[in-house]
Amino acid sequence: MNTFETLDYDVLVIGAGGAGLRAAIEASAAGVKVGLICKSLLGKAHTVMAEGGVAAALANVDDRDSWKVHFADTMRGGQYVNNWRMAELHAREAPDRVRELEAWGAVFDRTKDGRILQRNFGGHRYPRLAHVGDRTGLELIRTLQDYGIHRGIDVHMEFTVVSLLTSSGQAAGVIGYERERGRFKVFRAGAVVLATGGAGRAYQITSNSWEGTGDGHALAYQAGADLMDMEFIQFHPTGMIWPPSVRGILVTEGVRGEGGILLNKEGRRFMFDDIPDAYKNQTATDEEEGWRYTQGDKSAKRPPELLTRDHVARCIMREVKAGRGSPHGGVFLDIAWIKKKLRNADEHIKRKLPSMYHQFKELGDIDITKEPMEVGPTTHYIMGGIRVDGDSQMSSIPGLFAAGECAAGINGANRLGGNSLSDLLVFGKRAGEHAAAFVKTHSRAGVDDAQAARAMGDALRPFDAAAGGGENPFTIQTALQDMMQRHVGIVRNEAEIQQALVELEALKVRAARAAVTGHREYNPGWHTAIDLSNLLTVSEAISRSAIERKESRGGHFREDYPDRKPEYATFNIVTRRKADGSMEVVRVPLPPMPDELKQIIEEQKA
Amino acid sequence: MTRASFKVWRTDDSGGGHFADYTVDVVPGMVVLDAIHQIQATAAPDMAVRWNCKAGKCGSCSAEINGNPRLMCMTRLNTLNQLEPITVEPMRAFPPIKDLVTDVSWNFRVKQTITPFTPRPADAPDGTWRMRQQDVDRVQEFRKCIECFLCQDVCHILRDHHLHDEFIGPRFLTFAAALEMNPLDAADRVPALKEQHGIGYCNITRCCTKVCPEHITITENAIIPLKERVVDRYFDPVTKLFRMFQS
Ligand SMILES: Cc1cc2nc3c(=O)[nH]c(=O)nc-3n(C[C@H](O)[C@H](O)[C@H](O)COP(=O)(O)OP(=O)(O)OC[C@H]3O[C@@H](n4cnc5c(N)ncnc54)[C@H](O)[C@@H]3O)c2cc1C
Ligand code: SF4
Ligand code: SF4
Ligand code: FES
Repeated sequence: MNTFETLDYDVLVIGAGGAGLRAAIEASAAGVKVGLICKSLLGKAHTVMAEGGVAAALANVDDRDSWKVHFADTMRGGQYVNNWRMAELHAREAPDRVRELEAWGAVFDRTKDGRILQRNFGGHRYPRLAHVGDRTGLELIRTLQDYGIHRGIDVHMEFTVVSLLTSSGQAAGVIGYERERGRFKVFRAGAVVLATGGAGRAYQITSNSWEGTGDGHALAYQAGADLMDMEFIQFHPTGMIWPPSVRGILVTEGVRGEGGILLNKEGRRFMFDDIPDAYKNQTATDEEEGWRYTQGDKSAKRPPELLTRDHVARCIMREVKAGRGSPHGGVFLDIAWIKKKLRNADEHIKRKLPSMYHQFKELGDIDITKEPMEVGPTTHYIMGGIRVDGDSQMSSIPGLFAAGECAAGINGANRLGGNSLSDLLVFGKRAGEHAAAFVKTHSRAGVDDAQAARAMGDALRPFDAAAGGGENPFTIQTALQDMMQRHVGIVRNEAEIQQALVELEALKVRAARAAVTGHREYNPGWHTAIDLSNLLTVSEAISRSAIERKESRGGHFREDYPDRKPEYATFNIVTRRKADGSMEVVRVPLPPMPDELKQIIEEQKA
Repeated sequence: MTRASFKVWRTDDSGGGHFADYTVDVVPGMVVLDAIHQIQATAAPDMAVRWNCKAGKCGSCSAEINGNPRLMCMTRLNTLNQLEPITVEPMRAFPPIKDLVTDVSWNFRVKQTITPFTPRPADAPDGTWRMRQQDVDRVQEFRKCIECFLCQDVCHILRDHHLHDEFIGPRFLTFAAALEMNPLDAADRVPALKEQHGIGYCNITRCCTKVCPEHITITENAIIPLKERVVDRYFDPVTKLFRMFQS
């Protein structure tokens, strides 16, 4: 029996951040009927918050830059477990994707000769991030949104997908509910693109919006797709830590790119204390050289504040643990000091970092042109995600594609700043293109109404649980976030992750009894209950993968295995759903890298 | 720990509404959105509210706080009088959906009526353009807009006179200005601004500029220059004469 309103599309895109919008634009350009679904209003997706910039080897500021350097930087940053094909395509295609944005109306900051300006960021050898002050994500999403609304794409805002529908192992559509009225709808489609973003809300201290609950990861997993490298979570070194109500909100790496330095409570610039071998000959030897680098001196090497995020985050943790932290448990990030170097430093900071200036002024009552900021690591990004083919972005389920933060591969063990916005553009486009091509060349799978009805029943269960006096879903979500923060956070060990698995089982039991009051219309309690089941799936995948990787690499740091182990550079860790519903963990060998790419990496090591 | 009391607008099933009373534990640095979240997590899990970034970047959490249109995530409790109950209600210029959430879809429809960005031919053979930062600065001010629609909420032409069919409101005048002043844009929106978008209704009361959380000088920098373009084109006799001779 079909009790749902049903809509038909050729390509259905779930998520309207940068990746989803770019995919929808590309699919519609291929002449197919495109539907676009998002949990919030259009233009509010997480991408809107990105600050520092989009990485692309345009070589506008330093002509030594090229796709090869970008490729090598990305592989090194990811510690060589990246999908090299994606890293290659990304580095090659990002410049065109950025230029295309300008043709669609984006207004980037300019160089003196009028081209797109680029700034320094951690792990990037040359200034590479095209940017708009520190609101690059807003510029990107608004440009795609405004361009996209004239392309005949049907947008369904404030609509949450709760299940992927498959038929004979092929993607067939989705079912979800519209937030406003709480009504369910089925969308049938020849191909589905997941672009649902990250999962940072599995943790207590996070820069992620309420939407980052790993929905796409969980939807794909439940439908039988592979998740890959889920242990690699990026803890961004600089989140706000004071006042408590803003804890976790991001302080862009652009602050360090513009010359900001990290200090402990003794006023010591501690980042010079530990420079990894792989970066030694590209890091400044003294403070003066570091400063010159941030000011565009091509003969200077970068300051240690611009080492990769995983490293900087751990150095900060080290200072805090050694009792050298700031009053509220972080360290100091100081951009105000540049007044010793620049005459109009105040104006300079306000112009280069306008939203950071406002954010601290309005939320923390701190003037960053005068005082240092207090910062500490915050959960920021998930490198792991849905396993996809590097060229087409198709998952292990035919007709199911994934792009952006919910897909895995390009970033390996650690993402370089700026590589996400470019990832969205490059692979959003590819996903849209290949999804449209898939629709044109494959016959459609039909939707099974019983499957949809089951998914709806599951989603509505929290209303029935209310009768039995179940628990408030917000309470369970908080407990989960607290648990993941403590047991599977920045520094991990076997015993604690095992403990996490035990606690996850208990949380699953509680979540199954989560109860909501009120009716279905715009009911946040209910939505939280649904998010919770996704968060639990993702947290389990993170934990199981973290146990499997008995070494330290990139964002994954094991105090019981503090070193990198070469044999762990030969495979990815994949989690998937077994027939009995349990989660299996397997090692999938990395495909061999072609010699020419190997050679590029060697050349760039110099 | 101190406590603060809140009066939050709750809609009734009948479609009307009332202010419901809640008390909240106050921690340092707390903003109104934190208070709403605390109420949700403890007393009213079904209270509807929009938010995404909690950092003034997405423009989702617009509301009227003690009667002033503000972002809930950027309004610190210590800037409000905590001796009196703090009122939080939805934007009143838009149809209510539930509690603090309103139907802002009109804005999305209006945007579609504005002629999109249309670039001039590229400056360089590689298909790129050259622009000076100082020319870009002007447009970037408008592009900071986070589409919170607070300016739309306060504009009396929409709020009191409900001229939604005839007037696009300050947000979209700013949007039109961003397009018109984009150094690369080659389209002409001046006739539409006069005829369809109703720029003539605006009498420059500056209410929109005062509430903009992005501190965009909507009136002086966007609306007045657009009005000047309209006047130059349609009403200035000298320009008109000049055009007649030209054509
Ligand atoms: C504060 C901050 C600053 C950052 N700065 C930078 C930077 O300077 N440079 C950079 O490269 N990266 C940066 N990042 C990272 C980058 O912003 C994100 O990785 C990227 O925006 C993710 O984009 P996306 O398109 O994959 O997903 P998102 O933008 O997260 O969008 C996800 C979309 O999926 C939808 N969705 C999710 N679940 C469902 C569901 N169940 N049903 C329907 N729709 C659903 C959501 O509604 C949303 O529309 C930053 C991140 C943060 C938090
Ligand atoms: S200045 Fe014009 S647009 Fe702004 S509120 Fe007043 S009438 Fe409305
Ligand atoms: S112009 Fe200002 S007030 Fe109006 S929608 Fe944009 S940010 Fe909000
Ligand atoms: S939550 Fe984004 S502006 Fe308030």
